[in-house]
Amino acid sequence: MAEPVLEVSGVTAGYGPAEVLFGVDITLERGEVAALMGRNGAGKSTTMKAIMGLLPPRAGQVRFAGQDITGWAPFRIARAGLGYVPEDRRIFTDLTVAENLEVGRRPAQGGRTAWTVERLYEIFPNLAEMRGRRAAAMSGGEQQMLTIARTLMGNPEAVLLDEPSEGLAPVIVELMAEAVLRMKAEGISVLLSEQSLDFAAAVADRAFVIEKGAIRFAGSMAALEADEQVRTTYLTV
Amino acid sequence: MDLGFLLVQSLSGLASASSLFVIASGLTLVFGVTRIVNFAHGSFYMLGAYVAVTVVPWLLDFDRSPLLFFCGVLISAAVVGLLGVLMEILLLRRLYKVPELFQLLATFGVVLMVQDAVLWLWGPVEIPGPRAPGLRHGVEILGQRFPAYELFLICVGPAVLGLLWLLMHKTRFGILIRAATRDREMVGALGVNQALLFTGTLFLGAFLAGLGGALQIPRVSASSQMDLSIITEAFVVTVIGGMGSVPGAFLAAVLIGQLNSFGVLIFPKITLVLVFLLMAVVLVVKPWGLLGRPEPAAGRAALPEGVLAMPRFGVWEKAIAAVAVLATLAVPVFGDAYTVKVVTEVLIFALAAFSLNLLVGHGGIVSFGHAAYFGLGAYAAGLLVTKGGLPMEPALIAAPIAGAAFAALFGFFIVRLSGIYLAMLTLAFAQIAYAVCFQWVEVTGGDNGVVGVWPSPWARSREVFHYLVAICCILGIIGLRRVAYAPFGATLRAARDSEQRADAIGVDVRRHRWLAFTLAGGAAGLAGGLYAFSKGSIDPTLLSIPMSIDFLAMILLGGMQTVMGAVAGAAAFHTIKDFFMPLTDHWRFFLGASIIALVLIFPRGLSGAYGALRRRA
Repeated sequence: MAEPVLEVSGVTAGYGPAEVLFGVDITLERGEVAALMGRNGAGKSTTMKAIMGLLPPRAGQVRFAGQDITGWAPFRIARAGLGYVPEDRRIFTDLTVAENLEVGRRPAQGGRTAWTVERLYEIFPNLAEMRGRRAAAMSGGEQQMLTIARTLMGNPEAVLLDEPSEGLAPVIVELMAEAVLRMKAEGISVLLSEQSLDFAAAVADRAFVIEKGAIRFAGSMAALEADEQVRTTYLTV
Repeated sequence: MDLGFLLVQSLSGLASASSLFVIASGLTLVFGVTRIVNFAHGSFYMLGAYVAVTVVPWLLDFDRSPLLFFCGVLISAAVVGLLGVLMEILLLRRLYKVPELFQLLATFGVVLMVQDAVLWLWGPVEIPGPRAPGLRHGVEILGQRFPAYELFLICVGPAVLGLLWLLMHKTRFGILIRAATRDREMVGALGVNQALLFTGTLFLGAFLAGLGGALQIPRVSASSQMDLSIITEAFVVTVIGGMGSVPGAFLAAVLIGQLNSFGVLIFPKITLVLVFLLMAVVLVVKPWGLLGRPEPAAGRAALPEGVLAMPRFGVWEKAIAAVAVLATLAVPVFGDAYTVKVVTEVLIFALAAFSLNLLVGHGGIVSFGHAAYFGLGAYAAGLLVTKGGLPMEPALIAAPIAGAAFAALFGFFIVRLSGIYLAMLTLAFAQIAYAVCFQWVEVTGGDNGVVGVWPSPWARSREVFHYLVAICCILGIIGLRRVAYAPFGATLRAARDSEQRADAIGVDVRRHRWLAFTLAGGAAGLAGGLYAFSKGSIDPTLLSIPMSIDFLAMILLGGMQTVMGAVAGAAAFHTIKDFFMPLTDHWRFFLGASIIALVLIFPRGLSGAYGALRRRA
């Protein structure tokens, strides 16, 4: 079997004296979509930040595309081809839609076809209509599309997608699911964090369930759907 | 007042607004991206002027053409820009994660070092610059003559604004700067190397400061006092405009330029006060300036910024305190006159620094103008004795009252803000007080101050006065320490750690901060009054920025994480400074370098080191 594109092993992390992650293990195979599932406060976003180097791991290792990226600065990790879509979107509200995309622009590596602004506008027609608009004047769903498009501008090999469906209207959630599947079709591996089993089931091949900073379940999405005990213990609110 | 006069007045206001904007735009850009308030921006301005008075005449020797003049100006700005790059790489990179107070202090360290470097390189005499070829004539406007160079300056501001707009909107570098101003961490997560972005921003910022300085040479001579006067004005412009906002800086510069040029007609003495009043009013109405936004919370400091643990005195600490008090009391018996003088002053500064740490360490209220209350106490006492003819005793009672009264007045506005805006407002109020003492010559004696502030006959000997100071200061410190340990102190710390949570459990945060500010001002006022009598004179340096920085350096040296650190810091700082200052002409350089070293390698100060020792034992 080929080496996984992303391999997280035994990662611990925390904020100040507070430990949040106690040895997280995740693997993301090339070309797959995996869902990191768990309740609020289970450690999903912290895991994402630790992988991305925004919260440097205190122990453990993160390997990406054959390199040990543990302790790298976030910009180096991004340049290595790992994209990050934060939970709270963090679009640059003072900038226009087009300018937001410009910030994310990085040359494509490894002979892949580069994402262009035009291709992204095709996928997200709403963005095309408001390319000159300040991002502050967009709805939550539009901002979510923008933040995904902005990350794709960096031509990533894999993407960390933190809670893509959170707080969005059902119509927009469907668009998000389509976007994730589109990424997969383009050959991008995706690790997304999610609370909603429905959303995860619609897009993900495999699932990891996190609770109190450690992985409690790892397996196929179908296995998770079948395992009622895991679902009720770790997921049902 | 005819129309021509008003127009010319307004034009000269625009000319100075234009220069001010060029400088302030650099400051606001650097703040926006790095979140560092760069005191050394004024030094870059000064260096721009000095480099220009060196380079431009040399160039004009080849050919007195306008082209060479402006080449010289741009070369000077570029040289200063490179110095900005140097500062970013050597210093600022190490500062992005430290608390903002430490950043401010470290950049002030650079100010001190540059001052001495300039004196060393160019000497103490002001250097006049050449006038601009082709722009030396006057222009007739409605019957009034107006210098052509000023007209040219009026155009520079909008031109720079336009160029900056193009840079910020039409280039990738500019778009990245604007993005980083909102959320620099996210910019990094998208693959942008922040280090290069920050270095580039520092070049741009320092370039603009240098340009501002170089453009001044036909109007004013290059002098080693240019830095602090311009930096306060630039601070005011950026704060009024909204920190990080270039258009805001332009708007504020125009406002201030007009206020200055017309204010001088109506209140010739208090133009500075008018400017700072404008700032106070704007900040109270719009706490983030005219075009500013609330500070993004991302990327906050890593170190705790204040007192965390509040251990009671153990056996060791009691012993140390007892020895310190006994030694203080024994000094007049065993020490020589110099030792008595130094220890007296140490006691005074210890009280002032302790009161400052009540604000900074416990309250999280980073005051950059604590010298104001120290100095106002000194002036109250000194003026009552010399001009009011009162004896020392009532004057010493008046000193803390004056300090507290002004702290209550200024604090009323100050506690409405937080973070860097609060720090800037404390600085602004301190500069108002400084300006009044400096400019109101009839009453305060202006720059020279007032001499003859002597204690009452019974306290006139050094020894007796020392005991008087010791009693006042030790009691003052014990009193403030009790306040820190009382529920009031705990409430202050709670509000420091989370204003919202404190608010939500029913704490009136503003009222508590206001009371703390007033109390600290009163204690500083008492210290100031004692200082006036120990020196026998008062002068404006007592409420100047360097004095405020000294107090901050004391609590930093002592360790602002501990309750008693301020006392140790005052003792160490003042003893060392008093000992070394007469030994070298370059004490500013060493003081600046020491402050930087402290921030970088010793951020928890002396008592932090003591605490580590105790934990190990």
